[in-house]
Amino acid sequence: MNREEITDLYFMDARSKLIDLAAFLDRLDRYEGADDYRMAAFRKTAAELMSQQPGRAARVLTAFSDPTEEPIVAAGEKGASGAWSGDKD
Amino acid sequence: MRYIEPHAHMVSRTTDDYVSIVTAGCQAVCEPAFWAGFDRSSSRGFYDYFRQLTQYEPQRAAKFGLAHYTWLCINPKESEDLVLADEVLSIIPEFIDSPNVLGIGEIGLNKNSRNELKVLEKHVNLAAERDQLILVHTPHLEDKLKGTRLIVDLIKSDSRIDPGKVIIDHVEEHTAAIALDAGFWAGITLYPESKCTPPRAIDIVENFGHEQIWMNSACDWGVSIPLAVPKTALEMRRRGHTEEFIDQLLYRNPARFMGQCPKFKLPLE
Repeated sequence: MNREEITDLYFMDARSKLIDLAAFLDRLDRYEGADDYRMAAFRKTAAELMSQQPGRAARVLTAFSDPTEEPIVAAGEKGASGAWSGDKD
Repeated sequence: MRYIEPHAHMVSRTTDDYVSIVTAGCQAVCEPAFWAGFDRSSSRGFYDYFRQLTQYEPQRAAKFGLAHYTWLCINPKESEDLVLADEVLSIIPEFIDSPNVLGIGEIGLNKNSRNELKVLEKHVNLAAERDQLILVHTPHLEDKLKGTRLIVDLIKSDSRIDPGKVIIDHVEEHTAAIALDAGFWAGITLYPESKCTPPRAIDIVENFGHEQIWMNSACDWGVSIPLAVPKTALEMRRRGHTEEFIDQLLYRNPARFMGQCPKFKLPLE
């Protein structure tokens, strides 16, 4: 496949997701309160979309990830929030 | 088409799901032991779960002409309690020689804690002592990168383990190379929200190669799609991949990995 065929295949889906992101940010602005660590990571990571370098998906995933290397002392809650909170444990 | 569903939690699915996947061409379904969505109150809960995986669920699948295989462990979400983990580890040998047990899994990490690592190490030791295949769960979302590194380092440090007999599941773009470069197999899980969509999964195959990769739905009690694997085949056709390549990725690859266990047989072969 070539670039035009990939564009034909995925442009409408990507366009829809981009509009959804824009609408999500507009929605946040309409409600009271401040960004938490998740939105701070989201806004910082969104800049990757404008990067000209391949590997954007991996860099976005890495930017949301816990960058530490040591195991935590004990697991508290079981779930994950989608962005690293910055807590050590 | 034909395909293998190498990771599905069928105890959480309906009979209609069995009908759907068999109709779509599924030849075998493989079910790792996992978290029930709540913590079991004792090791007896695991005992009954292992009975379900080795006795009841294969019979349920057989009603639809489907081969059913399983993997046993205490999952990482319940591994914080070391006493419970030891009790569950002690009952696994009673079930491990059952005809549909392929190995130890899905072991791994959830929040990357010290106790989770200890229990992972005990599972790896059990697999090494009994020459079992290993299926590894990597953590969710922000915990995946760190957890994948910890898991790979731990398993690589055990010289008894052949990396070709270990699959690191739920890889994404930032973790696929960590598993594959160390000689492990990599599993890509097809989820509608977290993990990978079909287009991203195909991107990973195009970027990292296909020799040691499988794809799975990991369908369970949460948001998941039992037909995710055949739907990805459709996406691969849209991307111009051949039927030969689709068959290799979605049928022959999982068959090759699980075929390292002599108990794994396919109905068509």
